[in-house]
Amino acid sequence: MKKDIILGGVGGQGILTIATVIGMAALSEGLQLKQSEVHGMSQRGGDVQSNLRISSDPIASDLIPEGKADMILAVEPLESLRYFNMLNRETGWLITSINPFKNIPDYPPLEEVLAEITKLPRYITIDADRIAQTQGSVKAANIVVLGAASPFIGLKYESLENAVRQLFGKKGEEIVNLNLQALKAGRDFAEENR
Amino acid sequence: MDKLLLLGDEAIAQGAVDAGISGVFAYPGTPSTEITEYIQASKEAKERHIASQWSSNEKTAMETAIGMSYAGKRALVCMKHVGLNVAADAFINSAITGAHGGLVVVSADDPSMHSSQNEQDSRFYGKFAQIPVLEPSNQQEAYDMTRYAFDLSEKFGTPVLFRITTRLSHSRSGVKRGEMHPQNELSLPSDLKQFILLPSIARKQYDVLLGKQAAFQEESEKSGYNKLIPGKDKSMGIVACGIAYNYLMENYQGEEIPYPVLKIGQYPVSRRLVREFYDQVDSVLMLEEGYPVLEELFRGILDEGKPVKGRMDGTIPRSGELNPNIVGKALGKEIAEGYPVPSVLRGRPPLLCDGCPHWDSFGALNEAMKDYGPGRVLSDIGCYTLSALEPLNSINSCVDMGASITMAVGAAEAGLVPAVAVIGDSTFTHSGMTGLLDAVNRNVPVTVVLLDNSTTGMTGGQDSAGLGKLESIIKGIGVDEKHIRIIKPLRRLHDENVKVFKEELAYEGVSVIIPRRECVQTLARRMKLKHAKKKETKESVNN
Repeated sequence: MKKDIILGGVGGQGILTIATVIGMAALSEGLQLKQSEVHGMSQRGGDVQSNLRISSDPIASDLIPEGKADMILAVEPLESLRYFNMLNRETGWLITSINPFKNIPDYPPLEEVLAEITKLPRYITIDADRIAQTQGSVKAANIVVLGAASPFIGLKYESLENAVRQLFGKKGEEIVNLNLQALKAGRDFAEENR
Repeated sequence: MDKLLLLGDEAIAQGAVDAGISGVFAYPGTPSTEITEYIQASKEAKERHIASQWSSNEKTAMETAIGMSYAGKRALVCMKHVGLNVAADAFINSAITGAHGGLVVVSADDPSMHSSQNEQDSRFYGKFAQIPVLEPSNQQEAYDMTRYAFDLSEKFGTPVLFRITTRLSHSRSGVKRGEMHPQNELSLPSDLKQFILLPSIARKQYDVLLGKQAAFQEESEKSGYNKLIPGKDKSMGIVACGIAYNYLMENYQGEEIPYPVLKIGQYPVSRRLVREFYDQVDSVLMLEEGYPVLEELFRGILDEGKPVKGRMDGTIPRSGELNPNIVGKALGKEIAEGYPVPSVLRGRPPLLCDGCPHWDSFGALNEAMKDYGPGRVLSDIGCYTLSALEPLNSINSCVDMGASITMAVGAAEAGLVPAVAVIGDSTFTHSGMTGLLDAVNRNVPVTVVLLDNSTTGMTGGQDSAGLGKLESIIKGIGVDEKHIRIIKPLRRLHDENVKVFKEELAYEGVSVIIPRRECVQTLARRMKLKHAKKKETKESVNN
């Protein structure tokens, strides 16, 4: 088992939370893990990216080679384009939220961004903000996207659920349930639209 | 014991705690900050009373660590690569004094300049100081090597430089811990003159350092962090330093590497290993992150030996960090291609946070500067450096920590009117204070804008050394009290603030304007904590 995932988004959108949940789930299944993160200046509204590698065998590099990523998981559609060169042409999935984060003056028209994504053979585009809202908070949009990616990560769904419980446990039952529902809603969407 | 999931930085921190340090001394700087933060948050560190408060700058950190080593205890000092420039005076001389308690200096290099102004290679500093340098290839090695570094330091009575690069600093993986080493007892060096670098003693001490060089090389061979891995195809040999080894391995997933590989994790490199390696191969491929440090040595000045491929002949790009693709191409491997990146993609540079006080400070400054024209604002390094970008376009320099006031003094002496310096509260106490004293002594017309957000914002909100002390420092340095102006950077006070700026810009002497409002990030964090505490008390009362 080996999954190489590029996580993309804008600083503050919670991609490191996604990485943590997948990481915890992978460890609970006895897998190895390497995860590179972005720290410092670039987090301030700039593009952020994390390389997440999980495998049953030892992992050599902290960085995923170009054209070898099994998945681009993005919490913002424009940011998903930034890593097209990383995606494996034979097997790669792109999962992204369609909700733009517009903090630049020249953000291109959303249709043009989505048109590029829908040219790919394997993708899921999800209105994560709306779905998260219906579950109780737009803050859980990142977990909705994670849910949408969950059928393709190669981990047991229960492992992801347990990781969500573990990670959000300190914040109380209410937050845990909200995120579990967000995860489920994202997954259901992906199962129906894959 | 279960494995811990740690960043490279955190692995170093845990390694240092387990090696029995009594103090960590540092100034925050990406990608080194998390080492000290981890120790500050560690329960074990608290139980062991490990000193871990931030230092004012890298030089004071280095000197404090030397003092702790003098007193017999193990000390860790951490900084980013450019911080080592600030600490260099003390660092180089620490090699001459030698160490008593274990003394390990971590310098985190930033190839590709993810958040730095240059990509210098700290291994040169190790060579310059003539002390051992360690360079881990993964998180486990980062942990193990840190422990080894302290043993090495005490064994030879020398400081040890620990070099890491961005990718390993900020990448997480499983790390297995070893047993905890007890902390050293207080003790004084057996030679009480060792740390007195008067010329006569320094000459003696320098000979002692030179005398250790052969032993350093020998140790490099014995430690196992340098090793020669045999390979059948002798047409090429590969030298892989630190994290480059991972990128090499990535290109041979599950296969044996056909070429002999010299894996380097410790410097100075053993001559015997290099000889054994070089004699059996027809050509050499050099994989090292940063400068072509070893490559230059392998080529020699005339470059007339066996062919060497690397950064100097363009096999590897001359700048930037390595990755599996760059290494794969150098090996002549076929590289997988993803999809082309669509042209509709736009850049998304970082920018000041929503609600950041700097927006209002620069908004007012920009308006006050309108009468004078562009090109008159010398800035420093911090979040506020982002005001160089759209839409503010406020500042005209960013050279090194503390350079704003001194540059403004130079520009003022050249006749630039007005000459404005912009500096943050943490940068001011790091290395701006001495520049302000120059300004006062020269009595040149400079306006210093001391942006006080009460934290070290850029690196994530560490304590700022001058908190609550700025006015008294400035007064003490000799700035006329009438020209120390405190304003609150808020949109509704814009007109008032513009007026203050205009008045001080017109003043022909040294003035300091302090726009003061807490960083929105630390404020949000503080409010969250306060809220959580309140909730806790409420619940305990209800129970």
